[in-house]
Amino acid sequence: MNVHVAGGIYAERALSIIRERKHLEGPMLPILHAMQHEFGFIPEEVKPVIADELNLSRAEVHGVVTFYHDFRDAPAGRHTLKLCRAEACQSMGADAVANRVRQLLGIDFHQTTLDGAVTLEPAYCLGLCACAPAAMLDDEVYGRVDADCLAEIVAEVRR
Amino acid sequence: MTVMIFVPRDAAALALGADKVADAISREIAARGIDARIVRNGSRGMLWLEPLVEVRTSEGRVAYGPVKARDVPGLFEAGFLTGGAHPLCLGLTKEIPFLRQQTRLTFARCGVTDPLSLDDYRQYQGLKGLERALSMTPPEIVQEVTDSGLRGRGGAGFPTGIKWKTVADAPGPQKYIVCNADEGDSGTFADRMIMEGDPFVLIEGMIIAGLATGATKGYLYTRSEYPHAIQTMNEAIEIARGGGFLGPSVMGSGHAFDMEVRAGAGAYVCGEETSLLNSLEGKRGIVRAKPPLPALQGFLGRPTVVNNVISLASVPVIMDRGAAFYRDFGMGRSRGTIPIQIAGNVKYGGLFETAFGLTLGQIVEEIGGGTATGRPVKAVQVGGPLGAYFPRALFDTLFDYEAFAAKDGLIGHAGVVVFDETADMLKQARFAMEFCAIESCGKCTPCRIGSTRGVETADKIAMGIEPEKNKALLADLCNTMKFGSLCALGGFTPYPVMSAMKHFPDDFAPTHLVEAAE
Repeated sequence: MNVHVAGGIYAERALSIIRERKHLEGPMLPILHAMQHEFGFIPEEVKPVIADELNLSRAEVHGVVTFYHDFRDAPAGRHTLKLCRAEACQSMGADAVANRVRQLLGIDFHQTTLDGAVTLEPAYCLGLCACAPAAMLDDEVYGRVDADCLAEIVAEVRR
Repeated sequence: MTVMIFVPRDAAALALGADKVADAISREIAARGIDARIVRNGSRGMLWLEPLVEVRTSEGRVAYGPVKARDVPGLFEAGFLTGGAHPLCLGLTKEIPFLRQQTRLTFARCGVTDPLSLDDYRQYQGLKGLERALSMTPPEIVQEVTDSGLRGRGGAGFPTGIKWKTVADAPGPQKYIVCNADEGDSGTFADRMIMEGDPFVLIEGMIIAGLATGATKGYLYTRSEYPHAIQTMNEAIEIARGGGFLGPSVMGSGHAFDMEVRAGAGAYVCGEETSLLNSLEGKRGIVRAKPPLPALQGFLGRPTVVNNVISLASVPVIMDRGAAFYRDFGMGRSRGTIPIQIAGNVKYGGLFETAFGLTLGQIVEEIGGGTATGRPVKAVQVGGPLGAYFPRALFDTLFDYEAFAAKDGLIGHAGVVVFDETADMLKQARFAMEFCAIESCGKCTPCRIGSTRGVETADKIAMGIEPEKNKALLADLCNTMKFGSLCALGGFTPYPVMSAMKHFPDDFAPTHLVEAAE
């Protein structure tokens, strides 16, 4: 993930990603997920390539990419920390945890730490509502978190 | 004889350290040279006990929990492989009151079996429903599901059999079964637990739906926030293809059915069925106006069944045991069982499958044990972010679609989120509007604009700016959203807002602000 490829090469790699999935019914989301997995974000230059291959307008592709919270227009940090902000986690003090984590990292939601290690994102439910508050670092899940345990986890990945 | 040790692989168990516990057990087994095997099962749903480790003994399975990795050497010392006494020992799993009081039909295997073992699946009554369905005609299957009284477990409560009949009767060379696994409601995790703990039951339910309606292709649309469920479902589908019950000839019957998993991309509104279909087609997840019904013009404009995970996962047991068996559970027009998810600030949180008809108070106080913090319960939100907040005064409400509707609430996907007395209900009402603003698809004005105006109005009330006038305005806005929105997102956001205002008026008149105004 987050492989930084020199400009212009995205389009070429994008083309092969698209062609591997073009036969699917409704190939757009699988294509975008694959691109985000490969590039770490959806580069602007791939939008016309997708449009061309799927016989859509560039506006339509742009519209889809920007509709979904998951798709990024710039690379994230090396790790993404998602904090659940929904009701079940709120009932167990998630707001206070989130405030402490923002202070600790010195960033707000949707921002990346200066060292490029961690991007902080909100999540609206991780399905871990009976062990709230919940968090997810990349694909690892954590239940009954507090600011101290998140600080440890973050310190670990920043090493 | 090889000792069987069970350590759950459910995401909630993993979130509480199950992998570390499994590693510690592996190390002890190796170091002690014991003949033992670790099975990574689903969760039993007793989440305050996770990671819940079980050992199979001659008496039955014995449970230990919550186990931390550092407890593991001590468990071996205490002889836990033969059910030895230890402070973490909970006795026989099936005798734990939280489990014993349940009626597990849909979740019968969840937490019991290895989710990816077809042998386990068959051994525990799996595929019986499909085998019976294969001996029946499509109208007979539809009739059986209709007679069972099964209603959509996603929240709307529409009779599943009637939806299937509409699709079965619709002409078209290609029909689809779409499983709505976009479980975005806070307080719900039943879909995730089934996908991670018993994926074959969902596949079996989808195949039966395909046989009943003539659909040969299925899509499971789930959330990108559920990476473990996605992985388990993908593995299960591969195994099912290898086992001959997904593919060109389901169990050699000549009927084709295959399916694939699709991941959403973080949009809550895609849990709404028409928005989901647009997303599946690769478009913006914008809600469609109905009619046309998805049953007639759904995915790619073709006849499509869109059912929730729990609806589909309940079909195999209905087909196996018969409509009458299932219908005998429940009350009124709510038949069968419902997996209630008890979450938030609660002592015994988890999944409790039971017949409809318990009171909300029983669920929260008796089964859930009250709050985790030990403070009194202030409010309970039932049905996710679009569900109403219930005060203690309404704890006699029966868990049933109609009973909740009669109290201006909804059971939705049966998530119950408990709040203690520190909750600020004005803040919760504001959050409901904020969430709607973040997640609105933008198609209809009441939802798109109303939610933002709602946040602003709630802020004015909090700041003590013309509170009476702004409360009236908020109520008026809720009325417009409720009746003017295209889908449940804008249409039901008023439930948490209005219920908070109605049942907790004190929170809408902050005392310090009233003083400041004087």
